[in-house]
Amino acid sequence: MAGVRGQGHGLRVYAVLYLVFLYAPIVLLPIFAFNDSTIIAFPLSGFTTQWFVELADVPALHSAVLTSLKIAVITALISTLLGICAARAATRYRFPAKAGIMGVIMVPLVLPEIIVAVSLLVVFLQIGLELSSLTVILGHVLICTPFCIAILNGSFQSLDVSLEEAAVDLGESGWGAFRLVILPLVMPGIVASLLIAFTISMDEFIIAFFLSGSDPTLPVYLWGQLRFPQRLPVVMALGTILVVASILIIILAEWFRRRGVAKRGGSDSGGFL
Amino acid sequence: MKDSARGLALVSPTALYALAMLVAPMAAIVLFSFWTQDYLTLDTTLTFDNYREAVTDPIYGQLMVRSLYISGIVTAVTVVLAFPIAYYISFHVAPERKALWIFLVTIPFWTSYLIRVFLWKVILGFNGVLNTSLLGLGIIDAPLTFILYNLNAVVITLAHAFAPFAILPIFVVLERIDRSLLEAAQDLGETALTTFWRVTLPLAMPGVIAAVLIVFIPTVGDYITPRLVGGPGGLMIANMIQTQFLRLNNAPMGATLAVLAMVCVTVIALVFLWLNRRFLRGRN
Repeated sequence: MAGVRGQGHGLRVYAVLYLVFLYAPIVLLPIFAFNDSTIIAFPLSGFTTQWFVELADVPALHSAVLTSLKIAVITALISTLLGICAARAATRYRFPAKAGIMGVIMVPLVLPEIIVAVSLLVVFLQIGLELSSLTVILGHVLICTPFCIAILNGSFQSLDVSLEEAAVDLGESGWGAFRLVILPLVMPGIVASLLIAFTISMDEFIIAFFLSGSDPTLPVYLWGQLRFPQRLPVVMALGTILVVASILIIILAEWFRRRGVAKRGGSDSGGFL
Repeated sequence: MKDSARGLALVSPTALYALAMLVAPMAAIVLFSFWTQDYLTLDTTLTFDNYREAVTDPIYGQLMVRSLYISGIVTAVTVVLAFPIAYYISFHVAPERKALWIFLVTIPFWTSYLIRVFLWKVILGFNGVLNTSLLGLGIIDAPLTFILYNLNAVVITLAHAFAPFAILPIFVVLERIDRSLLEAAQDLGETALTTFWRVTLPLAMPGVIAAVLIVFIPTVGDYITPRLVGGPGGLMIANMIQTQFLRLNNAPMGATLAVLAMVCVTVIALVFLWLNRRFLRGRN
């Protein structure tokens, strides 16, 4: 077995290098956000929190943050609700054309976002729907729902049908059994789904770029700032806050997901997707 | 109510949403591609003019070929780099730590794509992090210029962005491989290398194929990366679609390019699946 161990060692070195490659950009981000220079390069010139302070007095940024938060919260709620319906239907029932229907619902997962964006743009302009936060929400719900379904499928799949049957035998209605037995068991999955959809919507750029009209979201605002070299340190500071927030939310979502797995007595085999 | 009726009723809100926001808009864009627009007036007579222009004007063909070419390279690089990671996590990481590793690999994916691409621009630039560091360390005498505003930069950035999409499907398939098959192969005299080549790899092929398609399809339509790090020689079809829609006010031409991009991707994906099936059958 020496060969296998040696192979494992080589792979381990490779895996660590790969993680360095994966994390390089988001590790450099805070380094430059706190660097006292408008030029983004090494060597570093000193520590400053000036760029973060500057963020406080940009009204356009604040309204973009509020717009994004509003869109992300509503998107998370709707796409999780749609996700619950689809995941429950797919794991509990057999129905005609199931693979086809689920396939269509999951397509946005691999479709280039620009295709989603332009096709929605064409339709909204034709039916005379003015571009606003609403149109962004409609697009975000479409791309977030497949992620919600992927997470919720995991929660619903590991449920024991006999639990529900027992509740019905004891006199609960179908809805009562769902609310009292199923819902508490899948709750951690639902929370994870809400958090993931929130994060995707918060970070999404292309659909918002095409559909946000005169209310820019945070990424659209950020895109506008990238053109001005003197704004770059402030962009780095803003990016740092965004990335830290995303990572915290994702860790929280993962924690909920694992708690859900433990609650249903399953064993954990991997991440979200 | 019958099970099938219940299932259909339950899935219908989500299905109807997909119908209204995905299927109908897709149909609309196909219809649009047969219309024409002169500044702000839309001419709804059906015509192949846009398609004729898209095929005859070399700029569109060039962008399309370049997009497919870049995506092809990105896909190959991403999947080849990702396979050893998926293999390492599946075969060499203790079972209780696998979830942690998968989580570590996926975290960067959940942070802002825009910010990550922008950071690559900062890293790879003429006065960027990489060049200033290498110059400072005395490893190079002049800044490297082949890493930003060209195809290489697009490939590096996209390979980084799509890493988890390649790792996860391969990992899932590797996890399902019955370990006793590998032991049996070794008992029958295969070496570690031939076991990998003749047992592990063929069994892992479905995951590799899923990874190839999941990386290839969305990267063809990527907008941010070519725009930020591609320079003039690294622009792709999505940039032209955006220009047609938002700058030139020629939505029908943009729609035509979008339809052509989807058709190309679909055809390539189907040919790839067909070749792979033939390849697997040939081995048996």
